[in-house]
Amino acid sequence: MELITAQNLQAPDDFYEALIEVHQGLAPEQSHALNARLILLLANHVGEQKVLSQALLAARGTIQTSQH
Amino acid sequence: MGHSDSLALARQATDYQKLEFEYRRSADQDAPDPVMRPVVVIGAGPVGLALAVDLAQRAVPVVLVDNDNTLSTGSRAICFAKRTLEIFDRLGCGDRMVEKGVSWSVGRVFFRDEQLFRFDLQPEAGYHRPAFINLQQYYVEGFLADRARELPAIDMRWKNQVTGIERLADFVRLTINTPEGDYLLDARYVAACDGARSAARQLLGHETKGRIFRDRFLIADIRIKEEMPAERWFWFDPAFHPNQSVLLHRQPDGVWRIDFQLGWDADPNEEKRPEKIIARVKALLAHSTMGESEFELEWASVYTFGCLRMDSFRHGRVLFAGDAAHGVSPFGARGANSGIQDAENLAWKLAAVLKGHAPEEILSTYAAEREYAADENILNSTRSTDFITPKSEVSRLFRDAVLELAKTYAFARALVNSGRLSLPATLCESPLNTPDTEAFAGVMVPGAAAADAPLLRHDGKASWLLAELGAEFTLLIAAPVAQDFLEQKSALTLPEGVALKLVCVTRAKPLTADELGDEQGLLMRRYDLSPGSAYLFRPDQHVCARWRNPDAKSVAAALRHALALD
Repeated sequence: MELITAQNLQAPDDFYEALIEVHQGLAPEQSHALNARLILLLANHVGEQKVLSQALLAARGTIQTSQH
Repeated sequence: MGHSDSLALARQATDYQKLEFEYRRSADQDAPDPVMRPVVVIGAGPVGLALAVDLAQRAVPVVLVDNDNTLSTGSRAICFAKRTLEIFDRLGCGDRMVEKGVSWSVGRVFFRDEQLFRFDLQPEAGYHRPAFINLQQYYVEGFLADRARELPAIDMRWKNQVTGIERLADFVRLTINTPEGDYLLDARYVAACDGARSAARQLLGHETKGRIFRDRFLIADIRIKEEMPAERWFWFDPAFHPNQSVLLHRQPDGVWRIDFQLGWDADPNEEKRPEKIIARVKALLAHSTMGESEFELEWASVYTFGCLRMDSFRHGRVLFAGDAAHGVSPFGARGANSGIQDAENLAWKLAAVLKGHAPEEILSTYAAEREYAADENILNSTRSTDFITPKSEVSRLFRDAVLELAKTYAFARALVNSGRLSLPATLCESPLNTPDTEAFAGVMVPGAAAADAPLLRHDGKASWLLAELGAEFTLLIAAPVAQDFLEQKSALTLPEGVALKLVCVTRAKPLTADELGDEQGLLMRRYDLSPGSAYLFRPDQHVCARWRNPDAKSVAAALRHALALD
């Protein structure tokens, strides 16, 4: 199994709305805590180490780090 | 009362913490020229003592030098793992260790005031030894020293401090300082087992490299009348010691080991004050069912640690073992346990070289195998430390997320890392292994340390697989053995002087005189044996080859390969 990067969500707009909604009323630290737990839950669902590694790299690849 | 009983009683009375060994002048000190010895072991800690006993049992004369004349000060390493106990069995002192030690296999992990989960390191029965015993290091050293004194091949020299090491072409020349001055001693091989601050390592200009962790821990041993279960208890962020971790273990003699994380900013001198320690212990007790139980502070120490190792454990004729070669955090009990495994890996190889059974190059496989094991220990230890002491805000965020989820969701408990407890490394990349050519299920791959299993002897007595393995090589074979293998057996040509013991196991009854019974079928399952299947074990009880139906030629070839002869 490879990391799916093509559109795979059943209901993209519903998911996005729910993602924002779940943070409603939380302070930034609480939101960070929620995000961390969400990542762990989803990672466990995926399970496969190769897919998870690809996801980590894909996410990191979109972050611009300053050059020194 | 028999002689052995009274001896046992006399031993019971020994206070190993106060025991002092006598310095005795050796004839080597009066020799006109330096005397040549086959092996000199530096350091009479658990690793050096185990190595000396193992070599002596293999009929290799050993000189064991130590700069001091007492055993370990304080309890120090207290958790001895099943594999280590199995090695102690082979060294003739396993029973004493287990009788005195507190056997345990269950751990509990708490987050704040809530138990997250309980784990069992040995959920299946059918092993001679428990997952772990807790035993003060001075007992372990004391029992090993008692065993060493029974072996005339060991020449123990206390208050003999190595102050010089010169590596020459065919031997090593040591300068040794004693209360009566210096003398020179030559050795064909030197094993440096002289601990984390190894003088031998420094004298040769080597160092250990790796990560030093910016955190401090307090160890407190307390003597208390309260009984606690023989379990390992670990708290993340408990109310009695907020924002830090605490580890609790039971030791023999009514002593508890408590390990408090203090953080990098703690002042070690301040933290060592008894009043300060007593207050910390009282806070722990007040949060338990023990309330205001009385206790005495027995020993305390504030420590830091690193995960590091030498680049190479072999420098010609000088071999490094134990803390001299590598260091880990205490979480996982991977220090002393891996050191004892270093010793057992080195002992049979040194003996094989000195007896002419193996080329000197086999000593490089000691280094390769134990460097691999050290890397595994360092990896596990580093991961535990990073979980227990998060190094960044985001690391802390995920750590706490794991702990919170673990309250509700079982999957998150697998991520909780309070120490991954010592297991022997599977030396799957060892050059001494003969790769599989047939399929086997399970974990007993070439390179694995033998798993034990109960066996029944022909005379009706219960035994264990590990007790039946030979001092040198062993071929374990499942009955019925093919007739042509039995016919070839006599033609099995081994290198001169090398012994191969045959252990034939069966589920059939009745047993013949040269068979062992696997009544419960545990051996067959753990090794995935079918009729005619065979495993070849090295002298250190690691699997080095296996077959479904071997011919004598393959067995002889695998044995030669395990001696680095081909």
